[in-house]
Amino acid sequence: MTIQFNEETFRDDYSFRNSDWAIKRFPFPFHEDSYMYSVNMEQHRGGPAGSVYEKRFDVDEHYVSEMRDRALVLDDDPLRCQSLPHMTLAGWDTLELIMVSKSEDYPDLFELHRDGDQWHWINRPMGIEQKFTFLDETTLPCGPLEYITRQAQGDFAVLDQRDEMLWMDAGMITTQADWSLDFDIGMNFFEWHAPVPLAHEMGIFKRALKFLLNIQQGAPARRLNWTMTVNPLLDTSPENYHKWGIQKTQMTPETIGAKQHLRVELQTFYRLPRSNALLFPIRCYLIAFQDLTTIPKWGRRLHRVIRDLPEELATYKGFIDNRPMMLDYLSQFDDGQPTSPGIWPDLASEPALKK
Amino acid sequence: MSAAPQKAKAGAEKIDVLVSAVVPLNDLVTRFEFKRTDGQDFPPFSAGAHTVVEMQDEDRTRLNPYSLMSDPADTSTYAISVRRDDQGRGGSLFMHQNVSQGDPMVITYPVNLFALDLRARKHIFFAGGIGITPFMAMIAQLERSNGHWELHYAARSPELASYATELKAKHPANVHVYYDSEKQAIDLGHLLEGQPLGTHAYVCGPAGMIQWVHTTAAELGWPEDNVHSEEFLAPQPGKPFQVRLCKSDITIDVGENESLLEAMERCGVEAPFLCRGGACGQCETDVVEHSGTFDHRDHWLDEAEHASGEKIMPCVSRFLGETLVLDR
Amino acid sequence: MSKFQFPESILSRPVYGTLAPRPGKSHLMIADAEGAEALLELADRDENLMANSHIIYLPKDTGDTYVDRLRAAGPNQLYVGPSFAAATQRIRHVLGQAHMGLQVYLTGTEGLIGQAMNEATAVGIPHTAIQTEHRGSVARRMQCVHCKGITEDVTTDPFVCGHCGLNLFVRDHYSRRLAAFQGVCIDAEDPGNVPEPQELYS
Repeated sequence: MTIQFNEETFRDDYSFRNSDWAIKRFPFPFHEDSYMYSVNMEQHRGGPAGSVYEKRFDVDEHYVSEMRDRALVLDDDPLRCQSLPHMTLAGWDTLELIMVSKSEDYPDLFELHRDGDQWHWINRPMGIEQKFTFLDETTLPCGPLEYITRQAQGDFAVLDQRDEMLWMDAGMITTQADWSLDFDIGMNFFEWHAPVPLAHEMGIFKRALKFLLNIQQGAPARRLNWTMTVNPLLDTSPENYHKWGIQKTQMTPETIGAKQHLRVELQTFYRLPRSNALLFPIRCYLIAFQDLTTIPKWGRRLHRVIRDLPEELATYKGFIDNRPMMLDYLSQFDDGQPTSPGIWPDLASEPALKK
Repeated sequence: MSAAPQKAKAGAEKIDVLVSAVVPLNDLVTRFEFKRTDGQDFPPFSAGAHTVVEMQDEDRTRLNPYSLMSDPADTSTYAISVRRDDQGRGGSLFMHQNVSQGDPMVITYPVNLFALDLRARKHIFFAGGIGITPFMAMIAQLERSNGHWELHYAARSPELASYATELKAKHPANVHVYYDSEKQAIDLGHLLEGQPLGTHAYVCGPAGMIQWVHTTAAELGWPEDNVHSEEFLAPQPGKPFQVRLCKSDITIDVGENESLLEAMERCGVEAPFLCRGGACGQCETDVVEHSGTFDHRDHWLDEAEHASGEKIMPCVSRFLGETLVLDR
Repeated sequence: MSKFQFPESILSRPVYGTLAPRPGKSHLMIADAEGAEALLELADRDENLMANSHIIYLPKDTGDTYVDRLRAAGPNQLYVGPSFAAATQRIRHVLGQAHMGLQVYLTGTEGLIGQAMNEATAVGIPHTAIQTEHRGSVARRMQCVHCKGITEDVTTDPFVCGHCGLNLFVRDHYSRRLAAFQGVCIDAEDPGNVPEPQELYS
């Protein structure tokens, strides 16, 4: 499949743009006109052709530029990628999973040749060619987790499974929605989710944990999560919050359409074979309000979701102060007409905006 | 996401295999080796994992979990060893009497409920009888990664100590075998109290042995998290009982020699499961109403949950009384 | 001295208990300042415990207040030191030599408990097996998420990072690995707008 890779930035001049293709396949997360937490898991076994759900690790037009941004984040702060000593085997499992998946799903872009433990990897978009010995760290320029996730979009948390619990013991985290790997590494499932309001009382995490502990090899799962970001900034880390936080206050009614982005995480869950760990990729997709609202159903629905969202959630997701301005903008795209259930754009069947 | 989100199927993913070898080791134990029908490699697995083997016994489908004893790094073959139990429900008898080289069978992807703690400074293994099987895989894995391990293997007699000769020959310093027939016993207390901090103990064998290791370790001040055990409970027979399944809107009879889970499956009810041995929690079912007594035989629910009458594990537990209504 | 009642908080915030005797051949007790009181209460509950105990005690501001009484409780070994940093070598030596079955008891300030716990977990004792009891100061060790520097003995919210000078607000989110709570820039979205510092828990 031929993808035209963008030359764009996710910082400074923010030249990031979504093509029409990217807009139409955007993983809109709301299946109804309101939002509350749920354990919204389903099997990760393909999806409609061309959708972000089709391939195991979706590659899109932002691939090359996202990887460049990751490299910049890591140069500035290597602590964004860490692996506790017992997690190296899980790192190898992750490398194998990503290399095998990408070379099978995108044969024009990636190749993997294996002769026993002598592997040969080719990544055409990034111009990388590497020969190495599987399970031998001395034959790669850096640890296996870091090596492969520098070539895969989205964050990757690697969770050790011990004592009926999951532990965040390794990760590559450079596109996170405001949490710190360096701080959270070593925490268990309930601990790293501790700051999330309401969900614990609802029993969400107990149910989610039970589901995740029982994910088996060959049966991955997925779910969507979302938040808001001002500017297409991937690195919204706590580490740099003292630098990027101010951007949240710099939107105006004239600029909000271009600057305010819905940020959706496509989270997948894979049981890793040799380590029995759980791989938790968190793939981040951004879309500007002015692009999202070109899809009539999504414009209507987003207005209603944001309007009716409980205050604690809007506060936790960091946009409580901008909510009034967001609603002023989005209300232009909500004509009160009904929306169909489900997340798809349904362009053929949804009525055009009546204003 | 998809218009109709797919629910996970019950049990782990399946693999079509051929029996590539049937190797009797002694009077009680036979090894079965499998290769994939499609000629591909098996998935790699983490030592301690088991596979659930499907047996077509005329009109009855049996599903039994067996530890994978093969080297996890050898993906050409999976191997299990089955101890014949003449008093059991018939699964092991079926394997011994009806399965031959060349037979097609269906097994599952590996599932691990008995994993090594890779942070451990040292691993100490306690095997009783057929409990040696998961340790064969663990030893192979640790040898490859230069892990520090020690095995203490109790068997009835040299004849019945499957793989003992092979293990002692390969690892003379780390393998210790004890024969009941020669009145040899593991000096457990002494062994446990001398280990350095960061040692993890693993026990697989009869229920009594597992209990003994857990209790002795606790008495010596070992943290609970440092002692790991696996025991596959075979569902035991019991008096028949009737169950109303309110979601499926049917009433079923659970026979003497089938588990509640098996009865539900026989009646076409989709019930989640994974290990089928009372250990993993996947089949946990809510009780809507009951009048009678529960016979809880699982390792999953805690004492309070057992007493509450609100939950049951259908893969191994049973019920006696007038009414049982489940949320299935 | 009564124990401070920590308000209920998020799940990553440590919750401390009450020390109780546990079966084991040897016992390692690490305490600072008023933590000595918890050790003395523990000794009262089981007279045999102390005979197999090694106490590492850092009096800090309490000076001599508890030292004699600790000695009188009859521990097998008693070390009285000026600081946790000075005691680290000794703690590592003891843990390095110990066998499975060693019981660990930590009591005093959160900072002492957190740092001592790290020494024990580094040699493979699970944190769930280590007993803790809070006594004395409620000051916190705070990590600045921006510069990664740790500021000791923080008693107000907000506070100034002792390393990079940013104004930070105090979160209850706690890392066992760092033995510190998280501090985040308070005026990123409105530079200069820093509320008056309030005493923690006021």
